[in-house]
This record gives sequence, C-alpha cells and structure tokens, in this order.
Amino acid sequence: MVATPEKPVYKVIGTRPIRPDGVDKVTGRAAYGADIVLEGMLFGSILRAPHAHARIVRIDSSKALALPGVKAIVTNADFPRQESGTLDLGEGTANPKWLVDNVLAGDKTLYHGHAVAAVAAIDWHIAEEALALIEVEYEVLPFVIDVKEAMLGTAPILHSDLRTNVRARGVDTPTDRETNIAMHMRVEKGDIAAGFAEADIVIEREFTTSQFHQGYIEPQNGTAYWNQDGQITVWTSTQGSFAVREQVATLLQQPVARIKVVPMEIGGGFGGKIPVYLEPVAALLSKQTGRPVKMWMPREAVFQATGPTAATWNRVKIGAKKDGTLVAADVELCYAAGAYPGSAVGAGVMCALAPYNLANQRIDGFDVVTNTPKTAAYRAPGAPASEYAVESVVDEIARALDIDPMVIREKNAPEEGTTNSAGAPLPRIGAKAVITAIRESAHYNSELQGEDTGRGVALGFWFNGGMESTSSATVNPDGSVSLILGSVDIGGTRASLAMQLAESLGVPYEQIKPQVTDTDSVGYTAVTGGSRTTFAGGWVAYELGQEIRKRLVERAARIWGVDASTVTYSNDAVITGTDKDGKAQQFTFDEICKRFPTTGGHVAVTVSSRKNTTGPAYAGHIADVKVDRDTGKVTVLRYTAVQDVGTAIHPAYVEGQIQGGAVQGIGMALQEEYWYDDQGRLRNGSFLDYRMPVANDLPPIEVILVEVPNPGHPYGVRGVGEAPIVPPMAAIRNALRDAIGVNFYHTPVTPTRILDELLPRE
Amino acid sequence: MATSERLVITSTINGEERTFLADSRDSLLEALRERLNLKGVKEGCNNGNCGACAVILDGRLVNSCCVMAAEIEGSTVRTVEGLATPEGLAPLQQCFLEEAALQCGICTPGFLMSSTALLAENPAPTDDEVRFWLAGNLCRCTGYDKIILAVQAAAEQMRTLKK
Repeated sequence: MVATPEKPVYKVIGTRPIRPDGVDKVTGRAAYGADIVLEGMLFGSILRAPHAHARIVRIDSSKALALPGVKAIVTNADFPRQESGTLDLGEGTANPKWLVDNVLAGDKTLYHGHAVAAVAAIDWHIAEEALALIEVEYEVLPFVIDVKEAMLGTAPILHSDLRTNVRARGVDTPTDRETNIAMHMRVEKGDIAAGFAEADIVIEREFTTSQFHQGYIEPQNGTAYWNQDGQITVWTSTQGSFAVREQVATLLQQPVARIKVVPMEIGGGFGGKIPVYLEPVAALLSKQTGRPVKMWMPREAVFQATGPTAATWNRVKIGAKKDGTLVAADVELCYAAGAYPGSAVGAGVMCALAPYNLANQRIDGFDVVTNTPKTAAYRAPGAPASEYAVESVVDEIARALDIDPMVIREKNAPEEGTTNSAGAPLPRIGAKAVITAIRESAHYNSELQGEDTGRGVALGFWFNGGMESTSSATVNPDGSVSLILGSVDIGGTRASLAMQLAESLGVPYEQIKPQVTDTDSVGYTAVTGGSRTTFAGGWVAYELGQEIRKRLVERAARIWGVDASTVTYSNDAVITGTDKDGKAQQFTFDEICKRFPTTGGHVAVTVSSRKNTTGPAYAGHIADVKVDRDTGKVTVLRYTAVQDVGTAIHPAYVEGQIQGGAVQGIGMALQEEYWYDDQGRLRNGSFLDYRMPVANDLPPIEVILVEVPNPGHPYGVRGVGEAPIVPPMAAIRNALRDAIGVNFYHTPVTPTRILDELLPRE
Repeated sequence: MATSERLVITSTINGEERTFLADSRDSLLEALRERLNLKGVKEGCNNGNCGACAVILDGRLVNSCCVMAAEIEGSTVRTVEGLATPEGLAPLQQCFLEEAALQCGICTPGFLMSSTALLAENPAPTDDEVRFWLAGNLCRCTGYDKIILAVQAAAEQMRTLKK
C-alpha cells in the first residue's frame, strides 16, 4: 500500500474485521429476495415478446385464465395512465411513462424479450404453462439495433413523439422531426481549432463497443402484498429500497407512505438493480388476487430485458506536440440507450478526457433509442466506453512519438486545480500518484517473456457521488451500539459504515451492530451505487458518531454539574473534565453508558444528510497478454490494478472491489458481448453463451492501493467500486497491439476478431 | 405440455432422512428450495452454467438445477446448510470469511460445495487445479482471487487437522 505522509493514525479504519453478514452468507441462512416465503403466496411469471419491434394488436388471456390454478393475468392496461415526467433514481432518472411501458409493454413491444403480460398462479409450473396459453397478435415492425443506423433520418422510429432534446449550444441537431436521437449534449473548453493548429501529430480513430451485461448471479425478483387496507409491502433485492418505493408509488399512483419496501440481501447489482421490473407487476397481481405474489426472472429474461450497457460508437481525435503534450481533443460519443431514452452518455462525456489536463477540448454526446433492452447503470456507467476510446488513441500517439505510454500520461496528468471538461477545478486528486505507483511497480519494471506477448496500460476515472443518506444509532447501557442503515449492503457497506462510526466514536468495531432496514424504519437514503455509499454514507456515520459524542459529553457534564463546553471527548472515547467541586473526573465510553438509566435513558441519534461533493478517483491498470496465433485465444499473463482509493476503510474489501471490477472489465475486453440475429433477436441470453470470466480464465489480479486522502471527506474516502472497470478494455487492447502489432477498434476482442486480423497476413 | 404428477420422495438430506411431496416436473433445485425450504441452494441460471445451486449428491458434485427431484429417491444430498456442525463452521466457511472471499454472497453456497468436493478428492491442490475445478462456478463480485486464497487456506487447515 502506498500511503501519503498526511494520513492520520486510525484505530479501526484500515483493519480487516469479518463482515457482519458473513456467517449467514456461508451457512445459507442469508435471505435474498427469492428466498421469501409467505402464507398463501402465489407465483408470478411474465410473457415476453418474440420480436424486436412490433405493435400489439390483441391480447387474449381467456384460455390462460381458464387453466386451473391461474389466479390473475395483468397487462399494461391494468396500470394507471402515466404522464411524462422525471423520477430521480439516484443513479440516473426515469420517465414514468417509459418506465411503465418497459415494465409491461404499452401499444408496442420495443425489443426481443419485452414484457407483455404477467400471470399469477398457485405454482410456478402452472404460471409457466399459462404463459403458453396467452394469445398475442403482433404486427411486426421494422427494427434498428445499431446506434449509427438508428441516428439516420431513414431509420425505423421507436417513439413517434420523441424529439431531440438539444442541450448543447451552437449545434444544429434538428429538434422538430421524428427521431431516435433523444438528446445531444456538448461540453467544451478552450479553442480546439487553435489547439489542433499547434499539434505536431493528430490521430483520429473510430471505436465501437458491444453491449455488456452486469451479470449479477442473482436474477431480478420481487414479491408484493397489497393488503386489504391499501398498504403495500414489497420484498426485493435492490440497490435502492427508496428508489423502488418511489417507482412503485409512481407506477401504481399510490401515496409513497403507503408502500413499504423491505430490502432483502442482494446477489449483486453493479447498477442494474435500481430500475424496477417485477415489483409493480407483483403488486398489481396481488391487488387482483388478495394474496402475496412472488416473482423472479429466468436467466434468459435477465439478459433479454434488464439493463445491459449501451452499445456505443465513438470517434476520438487528439492532437499532440512532439514532446507528448496533448493540445486538443475532439470527441463524439453515440450511445444506444435501448428502447427508452437515458443511456449513461452524460457520464461518458464527463469522464472521456478526465485522465488528462487538456486545455482545448470538445465532447459531443448523443443518446439514441434502439430496439434493444433499456440500458441501466453498470459500474462507472458510461465511462468505460468513452475512456477506452481515448486511452487507445493516446496509446497510438505515444507509439507514434516513441514515448513510454506512462511517460506521456504523466506529462499530461491532471492535478489539484486542473479544470475538468466542464471547466470546474479539481480538488486534491491522486492521478499523478497512481502513475508514479505504476512506473515504480515490480510489474511495470519486469521483462515480458515469450513470443506474441505484449504489455498495455490505461488510466480510468470516476467521480464517486454524494447524495442523501440516513443512519440511526442507539447507544445501549452496556456500551454496544445498534446502527440502522438506509443504504442496502451490496458488497460490504454494513462493515465499512460501522467501521467509520466506530472510528468516529473511538470504540472497537465489535461494539457496533449494523443492520439494513426497510423504508418505514429509517430516513430517506439514495441508492447504493456510483461508489457513493462508503463515501457519503460513511460521512453520515462519522457525523452520527460526532453527534453521539456531543450527547455523551452533555451527560457527563450533567453528572459533574458543569457546563458541557468544559468537558472533552478523546479519540479513545474517554470523557474528561472537572466537576463542580474542581475535582478531575473521567468516564470511559462503557462507564458513561452504564449511567444511562439514571441520567435520561438511552442515547438515540439520527443523522440525515445530503452530500453534494464527490471523491474523484483515478485508476491505472497494467495488462500482459499472450496471443495464440492458431486459435486467437488471448491469455492474460499478468494483471495489476493501481488505484487512488483516498483512504481504504477495509483494505480487503477495497482490494476485492478492485479485483472484481477489473475482472468485469477484462470480460468486456475479451469475451462478453450481446449477439443479435438478423431478426433483432438476442441469441446468447445464457451464461453459457454470454461468456463471463471464470476462475481459470484469469491470473491473480495484483492490487496496489494508493491513498491520497479526499479533502472532501472526514476520513479521506473516495469511493472505490466504479473506477476499476474503466481501464481494462484499453489496457488489454493496447497490450494486444504490443503483442501482435494490430490496433483493434472494437471491443470485445474475441478470438474470431483476432483471427480475422491474423489469418489474411499469414 | 408436461403432465404433472405428485411424487413422494424419501432421501437423506444433510444427514437426516426426509420424506417430502414433490411435483414430477420439479428439478432437485426446486424441490430443495420450494418443497424443503433449503434456501441456501441458489438459483442463478437454472441451466447448469453458474454453479450457484451446486450440491453433493451421493458424493458427487452436481448442479441441482440439472437433476430431477424424482432422481433422488434413496439418495444422499448435502447442501450448504449441512456444512457447519454444532461445534462451529467448517474450515472452508471460516476461511471464506477470513479471506473476504465473498461480497454479495449469492454464489458462495455453490463455491463452498464445489470446494468441499474438490478437497475431498484432492486435499492438496495447486492454485491452477483450484481455478480449473471452480471454473463451473460464476462469481461476479470478487474476481476469484480471494476465493482461491480461501480454498487454499482451508485445504491447509484441513490437512493439519488430519495429521
């Protein structure tokens, strides 16, 4: 671990306690969404569209309803009508009109696998049988999958009422006609014409990326009970219990307070478990039947109908001087949002050039609808595709100028005060520290062995957001602390937030018992996403500790008969002061807690706070690859991920986040992608054919943690999870160039694509 | 359309003889989860590609989604619920905790069962052998490194215990 000199000495932060949810997870007792069992529960299942684009002419459910055991069937018509609007989901927004049509298709189905009707039956086998009895008549329509084709004036139109929402000034995207371009944004600073005029070398390239799926192992699920008194309870695996409550309330047009969402353990999300798919449908089925209804998705439906990333087309033009100074960049990003607007192109735009201090730049982003599933957030949403393109061009510039790829990156690295693409100055960041750590690493200084081997590097950036969090704590007379969290725990937040509360209070971690609770039992909290939870949620845990300290000081002051301002609370949780007789006094944490029953009872505190800052994080990866010229197989020989994490709260979890993110990125680089046939049908909706990395595809992922504390957080936390998925696509692509001399412009670089390049030459 | 038939099945599950009613269409995964309420057996794909539902059937590692419930009459099944004893966690379980070999935990029961089967067959595997054996189990959170470390740590503990 690389530490900076100003890092304070912590007692709890930096240790590696065992996770509070650990024993339940290794014994099978942890209850995930699909594990819920309720008396009288029905099982729900969904009929999905077989076409890429079709008008629904007629749905006849009568035969299915007649099947013994079938209790209800619902379609889009059973939902209240929705007007256009904006729902804030924390990591992105949703338009209720589009959201309801995605949950169950309105007049048209817009992608293969789009939900059409839902059945509730006494048994899941019967629910499946009933689906086959629902008759749907479709008028098949022309479809468009490719993002560039979808932007043409001749493309089939998905939404006749869609017009381009131009956010960019000085651009000429038409706004008055039918289009699939939902949005055009532009971010610029400096003068790109003047910048390119200064350049000794200009490289311009076009890149495409396939659609990738988050690939969480637990399929989406949702269980609902609509009680006779109108109260609705939803049990689900979600990254945001409050985001689910908001969406369910809106789609059912029910008061928010009437809906209780119980977040179950969640089996992975990576951004994909923020939008609702099943929960509102289960609620409707429950209303019709008066019984709880449980639903879960088959894996194929998860691939067909839940958020993959956008497939993208990106053009990057960068100019540099002979010494490697980057002087201008012109970037165009086109992201396929899927069936409804709202790809992550905005973040793609803001991250594209973030690894560089580049004075003259212009970035255009287009959000385009296509006949593919509605995209959802996926780890650093939008950033991998745009940064991949930029990191590939920078590599080509370095090669053309014969400059070491890390030297050119160091020369152009941003630092505190450098302005980002929108012109805002950056706080203290660790970009240069990451670059230095790479240059000094054993890996970067090792020799590559063997034929057809190559090494590549790339940088990555993510913001790490703030937003609202709530935590409550009750301090008990025995000194233990019950901590209630609004943030669902997707990969260790119970531990990371409890550790920050323990540090703030100065008590051992073991004294804190963290627990995630339902939306009726804790204040509003945004989603666990965007790497915001350990950052912003941890900040709230810190504030909770500070508030408890204040209350305990007041208790001591009352006991000693003095003013609270004369009493102090040390970082070892010892309260010291002088009583009214002038005698020195002290309480340990446990001693003051023992006095609760006679001094006013338990201390219970809630902190609810919105954080508007970010924890900008830089990552840099080194990949060594070997190419088998006969089969096109790429072996990753060695892989190192370096990242500025600010402060590592639980270093083992931080390493785990980085390793997991890097491996998802390696999957995107080499093997994962959606395949559509000539009818626009997804042909690889299974874990066999959508090939995520398995254990023997990979070398160990070496991790180097750099700690440049974030000045915008009491413990210097930056957020960790997103940044590591950003560099792999470019690091591996650049390593392939080094190995076999071929620059690839599409990712993933599958064996077929490698052979396509190698075979004609041999 | 498959015809449904009610079946009475008797088998030994985690050391106890159990007799239960199943549907003839139930997979072993469905029977364990929905009929016997052994919810530690997880469904990730229902077609044998993710390993989340792995159990040990008559000493052999299987994906329970690919076995019919009707096939287990008279058989012995071990699930993740059968790993710990009243004395405590099994070494693999303890090592998964200590090595931070899980994040979301949904794949963990499958990894534990696969690793149990591996170490029963090969008490001293190399890292490559562990990676090869576990290639039938998908984990999307960890990148596998810490899982490999945990399995090796448990293997070492188990070898020491045997001596």
